[in-house]
Amino acid sequence: MHALGRTILYRLVLGLFSILAVSVVVFSALEFLPGDFAASVLGRSATPETVAAFRQELGLDLPPVQRYLAWIGGLLHGDLGTSFAGRAYTPRPVADIVLPRLGNTLFLAAVTAALATPIALFLGLLAALYRNSRFDRLVNALTLSTIAIPEFLVAYLIILVLAVKFPLFYSMSSLSPGMTLAEKLYLVALPVLTLSFVIVAHMMRMTRAAIIGVLSSPYIEMARLKGTRPWHVIFRHALPNALGPIVNVIAFSLAYLVVGVVVIEVVFVYPGIGQTMVDAVRNRDIPVVQACTLIFAVTYITLNLVADIVAIATNPRLLHAR
Amino acid sequence: MRADLATKTADTSVRRRSKLLAAAPFAARVAAVIVLIYLLVALFAPLLAPFGEGEVVSEIPYAPPGGAFLLGTDQLGRDQFSRLIYGARNSMGIALATTAISFTLGSLFGIIAATRRGWVDQAISRFVDVIMAIPQLIFALILLSIAGSSIPNLIIIIALLDSTRVFRVARSVAMNVVAMDFIEAARLRGEGLVWIIRREILPNILPTLVAEFGLRFCFAFLTISALSFLGLGIQPPTADWGSMVREASPLIAYGKMSLFIPAVAIAVLTISVNLLVDWFLDKASGLRNER
Amino acid sequence: MTEASKSTSIGNFALSRRTLLIGAASAAAIPMISSRAFAQDAPRKGGIMRVAMGQANTAEALDPGTYSTSLSIAFAFCRGNNLAEYNKNDELVGELAESWEASPDAKVWTFKLRKGVKFHNGKSFVADDVIATFNHHRRADSTSGAKALLADITDVRADGDHVVIFELVNGNADFPNVTAGFHLIILPSDGKGGVDIASGAGTGGYKMTSFDPGVRIELVRNPEYWKENAAHFDGVHLIAVLDAAARNNAVVSGQVDAAERNDTATIGMLSQNSQLTIDETPSAAHNNFAMACTMAPFTDPNIRLAMKYGVDREDILRKTQFGHGYVGNDHPIAKSNKYFNTELAQTAYDPDKARHYLRQAGVESLDVELITSEGAAAGAVQAAELFSSSAAAGGINISVKRVPSDGYYSDVWLKSPFAASDWGGRPTADLAFTVGYAKDAPWNETHWQNPKFNELLVAARTELDEERRRGMYWEMQELCNRDGGAIVLNFQNWISVRTNKVAHDAAVSAQWPLDGYKAFERWWFA
Repeated sequence: MHALGRTILYRLVLGLFSILAVSVVVFSALEFLPGDFAASVLGRSATPETVAAFRQELGLDLPPVQRYLAWIGGLLHGDLGTSFAGRAYTPRPVADIVLPRLGNTLFLAAVTAALATPIALFLGLLAALYRNSRFDRLVNALTLSTIAIPEFLVAYLIILVLAVKFPLFYSMSSLSPGMTLAEKLYLVALPVLTLSFVIVAHMMRMTRAAIIGVLSSPYIEMARLKGTRPWHVIFRHALPNALGPIVNVIAFSLAYLVVGVVVIEVVFVYPGIGQTMVDAVRNRDIPVVQACTLIFAVTYITLNLVADIVAIATNPRLLHAR
Repeated sequence: MRADLATKTADTSVRRRSKLLAAAPFAARVAAVIVLIYLLVALFAPLLAPFGEGEVVSEIPYAPPGGAFLLGTDQLGRDQFSRLIYGARNSMGIALATTAISFTLGSLFGIIAATRRGWVDQAISRFVDVIMAIPQLIFALILLSIAGSSIPNLIIIIALLDSTRVFRVARSVAMNVVAMDFIEAARLRGEGLVWIIRREILPNILPTLVAEFGLRFCFAFLTISALSFLGLGIQPPTADWGSMVREASPLIAYGKMSLFIPAVAIAVLTISVNLLVDWFLDKASGLRNER
Repeated sequence: MTEASKSTSIGNFALSRRTLLIGAASAAAIPMISSRAFAQDAPRKGGIMRVAMGQANTAEALDPGTYSTSLSIAFAFCRGNNLAEYNKNDELVGELAESWEASPDAKVWTFKLRKGVKFHNGKSFVADDVIATFNHHRRADSTSGAKALLADITDVRADGDHVVIFELVNGNADFPNVTAGFHLIILPSDGKGGVDIASGAGTGGYKMTSFDPGVRIELVRNPEYWKENAAHFDGVHLIAVLDAAARNNAVVSGQVDAAERNDTATIGMLSQNSQLTIDETPSAAHNNFAMACTMAPFTDPNIRLAMKYGVDREDILRKTQFGHGYVGNDHPIAKSNKYFNTELAQTAYDPDKARHYLRQAGVESLDVELITSEGAAAGAVQAAELFSSSAAAGGINISVKRVPSDGYYSDVWLKSPFAASDWGGRPTADLAFTVGYAKDAPWNETHWQNPKFNELLVAARTELDEERRRGMYWEMQELCNRDGGAIVLNFQNWISVRTNKVAHDAAVSAQWPLDGYKAFERWWFA
C-alpha cells in the first residue's frame, strides 16, 4: 500500500499542474475569441467611447499576462475574483454566482447517479451473464437507440408525454429559493429521467463489456470447469477483476453529469453550472469562465484519480508494476 | 492462449469475411444490409434525390408529405426527402472522417504511451488530461468560434477532442495487455517493439477499439446536433441529420412526425453499426462457443 | 401546416395600434374576440403572475444602464417609472412627469413632476432624483446603453423640487419620447449626485425580493404604489426561459401564466389549445440585410436596386415569420407610425427588374457574400438562404456565410459589406432615422450618406407645421426606398401567450410584447 500512497501523492501534484494548465489553455482560448466583455455586453449600444470606458473599468486594457497573473494571485488567497457582470455599482463575487449553480448541478448529478448507477450495473451484469439471449439483445437495442437520439430530443419527448399529454410532472425545473427537498426532487424528475436514459445506456454497455472481457480470462474458464455456478463466477471471480473498468465508467458518467449537461439545462430551464459557463463564454465574462473551468477541471481530475486508484488497487499487475 | 486465439481471428477474419457473414446471426446480416444501403445512398445521393440539396421547391413552409414531396418540405420549402438523402452523404462523410482521424491519432498515441511508459506516457497522458478536463462541448464551441464553423474545421476540432477519449481507451487496454505474460515472453525472446505492437498488442486491443469505434462514429452525429442546438453547426444550405433534427425539434409537441425521420435515420444507423460491431466482438473475443 | 399559412392574413390585416387578438378556438384565420380578452368587470387583485421571458443575459446587473434583454426590460417597468410612458393606446403620456413644455426651438424642455411619490426605500421623489438618473447615464465615463440617446443633452437642472429643465444642443420635438426608454426609469438619488443602485429601489408597482440576473427575478406588490388602479398581482415572477420550445411547454403545462416571444412556427398550433389566448401586436421591430454603400459592389445605387428586386419578401415573411408580420419597404417606418408613407410603391420580387438594374450598373451577373447569424435576428439564417435562392433568377449569386452569434454585433455588423441585422422598433420617425440612417449615426449600418436625406432629417426635427413635417418624412422614406442600402425584409409582430386566467383591457401597447412590458401593472387574474 505504500506504493499506492506514493502514486496518489504523485497524481495529486500532477493534478494541480493539470488544473493550472487547463486554466492557461482556456484563458488563452478566450483571448483568441473575437470581442471582449465590453463589446459583447454593450452590443448594439457600443460606441468606441463607451467600450473604452468600460474596458478601463474592468481592467481589460491591461496586457493578458498581467490579468492572468492577477487572477492566479487572487486564487492563491482563495478569491475567485469579481464577475465583470456586476460592474462598479453592485459588485458580484464570482463565488456568489458560481457556487449556488454548482450546488444545483451537483444535486441533479447526485439524484441521477443514485437512480442510474444501480440500474445500469444490474442490467449490465444481467446482460453479461445472459449474453446473446433475447434479454441481452433487447436491452442492447434499447440502450443503443437511447444513445443514438440527441439528448434534447429525448428531453422533448419525455416532456411531451409526461408533462404535456399526461401532466404528471413539470416541464420546467426552475428552482426558486426556499424550496424543500421534496419539492426539489419533484421538480427535477424529468431532467433526472432524461439524463438517466442517456447514462444508463452508456454505463450498462460498458459494464457488460468489462465483465464479458473478464469472463474470457483463463481463471474464469478454470472456475467454470470446476463447476462453479454462473452467479458465483460473476460475483466472486469476474466482478472484482472488472471493478477497475467499471469504476472508470462510473467516474466518466459522473463527470459527464457535472460537465456535459448544458443542453439539458437549457431545455428544462435548470439553473446549473453548464449554462452559466456557456453564458459567460458568450459574454466573455472571463472571471466566471475561469471559475467554471476550475470547477470542471477539479471534478474531472478528482474522479479520474479515484478511478485510477481503484484500477491500480484491484490489479496486482499494475500495483506492483515494474 | 487468449493472444493466440485473438491473433488467429484477426489473421483469418479478412480472408474469411464473406463466409463469416453467411454464418452470422440474422440480426448481424440485417444490420450489414442496412449499413450497405446507407453507404449506397450516401454514394449516389445526387442520382437518388428528386430535388437539389438547397433547392426551394415549395411556397409553403413545412408542407405536409404527399404529392411530389414524399416526406413533405422543411421550413424553407425544401424537399425533406432529398435533404435526408444528401444528409446521408454529408453526415456520414463527416462522421467517418472525424472518427477515422480520432482513432488513428488516439490509438497511435495510446499504444505508444502504453509500450514506452515512463516520461513519454506521462507527457501524453497529462496533456490529454488537460484537454479532457475542459468540457468538450464548450471547448468545441470556443474553438469553432475562433476558427469559424466550416466543415473541415468542424471535423478537425471534433476529431481532436474525440481522440483524447480514444487515447484513454487504447492506452488502458494496451496497458493491460502489456502487463500480460506473453508480452514479457516476447520481450525476453528479443522481439522488437514494432513486432510486439503489430503481432501481440494490436490484435488484442482491436476488439475494444472496434467497439469504441461503433459508438464514437454515432456520437459524431450527436455532437453536431448538440452544437447546432447551441447555435453552431454546419454551414447552410448543407443538409445534415443532426442539424435537421435540431431545426424540427420545436414542433415535436404538435405531431409533425415526418420531421423526425432524420432522428430515426441516425438511430437505425447507430443500432446497425453496433450490431455489426457486437457480432465482430463475439467473433474476436473467443467466446463464440459459449452458451 | 395550414394554420401557419392561413395566418398570413393576419399580417396583412389593416393595422391599428391596437392588439390583434386571436381567439383561442379559431384556427387563427379570422381574428376572433375571446370572451376573456375583453373582460367587462373591474380588474381583480391577487395572485402571483409567473411569466416565461424569452431573452436574458447573466451579465446584466441592477444598473438599468446594463439592460438590453426582455427579462430586464420587464423588470425595469415592474420596479420603476419613467418621466413619460406609452399608455395602452400607445399615446405618450406623463408618468412621473405630470406635464412638459418645450421652447419654440425645441431646445429647452421643462418637465413638471408628480408630487407625493415615494421610492421603495421610503425616500420622496423629487427633481434631484431625475437629475441624478439622467447624469448617471450620460456622464463621460458612463457605460450605459442609453448614453448615445442622451448625447444631445447639455444640461439638466432643477427649478425647485418638482420642476426639471433639460437643455439640448439641437432642437428635438420628440424629446419626451426619449425619456420613456426602459433604461431611464428614475432611480433614487444618493444625495451625493449619484444614484442608489444597490438597493434596487424604484417607484414602481412591485418591489424586488430576489434577483438572479439572467435566471429569475421575483417581486411583490408595492402597497404604497402611487398609480391608481394598477399593479393588481400580489407578486410577479419573471423567469428566463431561453429555449422557445421550453417556453411553450411551460405555459401549456400551466407552470407559468404567460410566455412571450413564442416561436412563430408553433403559434398556429398553440392557438388550438382552448386553455390559451394569444396576443399579437404589430411592432416597429424589423429585420434587415444591410448593404454598405461605401463598399464594393454596393457603391453603385443600381446594384442596390437590383438586390432589392432580387429578394422575395413575401416568401421570407411566410417561411421565417409564418406570416406574423408584414413586408418591409426598405425604410424603418412602421405602418402604425403617423408619418408612414402610404403612397410609396412596395418594392416586390422581380428578377427581370433585378437583371435590368444589373445591366444599368454594367454587369451581367453579380457574386456577393451575405453574412448572417442566428444571433443577428430570429430567422436571419433562413432568410439569407431564401434570398440566395430567389436572387439567382435575377443573375445575383449570393453565397450565405453563417457566423457565430456571439460577437456578431461587435465584430461583424457595421464592418461587413453585406450583413443581416435586426432593429427594435423606435417610437418616432425621427429616432428611427436618426439612430440608423443619419450620416454620422453610430449605427448607420449601410454607411449611407445622402445629402438630401440628411438635410431633411435635421429640418424635420424642428418643423412644427404638421403637414410639412409629414411631407419631409414621406420624402425621406422614398429616398431610403430608392437609394438607401438597407433591405428591410419585414416588420415583426410581438407575440405572447397567456392562460385564460389572465385578463387585460381591449387595447394593449405595441411598444414591446406583453402590453409594452406594462402587463404586470395593467393585467390581472380574472
